[in-house]
Amino acid sequence: MATTYDIAMKQADLKEDGSAPLVAVENVHKSFGNHMVLNGINLSLDRGETLAVLGRSGTGKSVLLRLIIGLVAPDSGLVRIHGQNIAGMALDRLGEIRKKMGFLFQHAALYDSLTVAGNVSFPLEHHRKEMSRSERDDRVKQLLAEVGLEGDLEKMPSNISGGMQKRVGLARALALDPEILLLDEPTAGLDPISSGEIDDLILRLQRERQMASIVVTHDLHSARTIADRLALLDQGRVVIEGKFEDLQQSDIGFVKKFLKQS
Amino acid sequence: MSDRGLSVGSGVNQTLPGQRSEPLLAVAGSFARAFDALFEWFGSLGIFSWKVLRASVTPPYEWRELVRQLDEVGSKSFPLVALAGAAVGVVISLEARYSLSRFGAKSMFPSTLVYSVIQVMGPVITGLVVSGRVGAGIGAELASMKVSEQIDAIEASAINPYRYLAATRILACILMLPLLTIAADACGLLTGWFAQALVEPLSFHQFIQSGFKGATFSAFLPQTFKTAVYGLIIGLVACFQGMRTSGGAEGVGRAATNSVVLSSLFLILADVVLVKFILVVFP
Repeated sequence: MATTYDIAMKQADLKEDGSAPLVAVENVHKSFGNHMVLNGINLSLDRGETLAVLGRSGTGKSVLLRLIIGLVAPDSGLVRIHGQNIAGMALDRLGEIRKKMGFLFQHAALYDSLTVAGNVSFPLEHHRKEMSRSERDDRVKQLLAEVGLEGDLEKMPSNISGGMQKRVGLARALALDPEILLLDEPTAGLDPISSGEIDDLILRLQRERQMASIVVTHDLHSARTIADRLALLDQGRVVIEGKFEDLQQSDIGFVKKFLKQS
Repeated sequence: MSDRGLSVGSGVNQTLPGQRSEPLLAVAGSFARAFDALFEWFGSLGIFSWKVLRASVTPPYEWRELVRQLDEVGSKSFPLVALAGAAVGVVISLEARYSLSRFGAKSMFPSTLVYSVIQVMGPVITGLVVSGRVGAGIGAELASMKVSEQIDAIEASAINPYRYLAATRILACILMLPLLTIAADACGLLTGWFAQALVEPLSFHQFIQSGFKGATFSAFLPQTFKTAVYGLIIGLVACFQGMRTSGGAEGVGRAATNSVVLSSLFLILADVVLVKFILVVFP
């Protein structure tokens, strides 16, 4: 079982083969006003790996994801993607890094003036200009088929259910074939069957595409199903990081309480 | 006696230090906060403007979105602007005929109408109408996108929202305001002439010839094209208010209201400066 100190030490060094982790969050602090959200957090993610970030509401899980994609800047510390620190990076340069990342928002954040197909097509229209219209349309159909929505291309986001919106958001996040997928509460607010379907979908996509993912969730069952590693946050810090069995064997009071209540 | 009362009251109001100093401190505190908010607003607007400027001059250019916004700002504002211009033409015609008759200067009617509409009323009315329609629309649309994380989603998709959302809307406002002003002027002159022709026979040809007699391009062009500055103000303020909003539905409403109020206010203030500037540069 790794302690916070071990994790910090691990992230400070490069791996044995000299390569940097795909994502490295190093001693990041973030406050909003007087409220400290992240208090010296350390995390890393390697290629093809899935990390689930767990914790109570308001412990900074979503803020962590927003830091990783550069939507929020840290007060101090480093956020490295492919070894490059993105904190304070110019928007257009950051854009080049973001093209390798997909982000599923907690409430899907679909463009409400565009159809389902339009939402998925949006990143392709901007970043795959070499694609012809028919190629783009085919790609959109393929992506929506992957998430089981091939028959809903022309529907508006307001006319589909929450679960379907999450699927469209996922298809949009996958549009540019990202190396890193960031999922913010992919199963929150969904019924158990829809949650299970989303989990299966994420597992299948991981298997087929070999992408690295960070999944923020408070759903322990979902985290256990889809993640290789779990990190439990409390008061802006990683309390424990490891496999589910490591969490089960932990003597830390908060970990025991979290597992018991979940 | 409190420390605060003592420190402020001593030397100024030694008889009633506590009672007088606290309301004074409260007023001073309110002023300080208001100034703080004002400077914060202008500072943020400056940073926002710089980001938009930098995004708008570097590729990739968002031509498709710009064309969509030109349609949104231009074509869809045209009926309202034309109607406002027409109403202004009629009002000026009625007022001018009455006033000029009293001074025996009825022959001045065509030029009075032409100069009043094109130099004064047309640009300001167009600016205010567009501020109301487009400013509120942009403010509410972007604020709604902001609170529903759609702007974050655009950014997460590696698309610069300052380029895609703000620069296109601001440029559309800058380009469309002069054209809409020309449309408002044309409608105003047409209805102004028509209102006069109903009372006294006056052919449109005569009206135009007499109205524009001796006029030069410099008498009208700067007044028409100054509305590009109005467009900049409307687009910039509305985009800024929309993209910085927070607080759900209430925030969306506040952004829409502030967009209209602030852009109208700055537009009127800019008009004062621009009129003086044009008088100096084009005497």
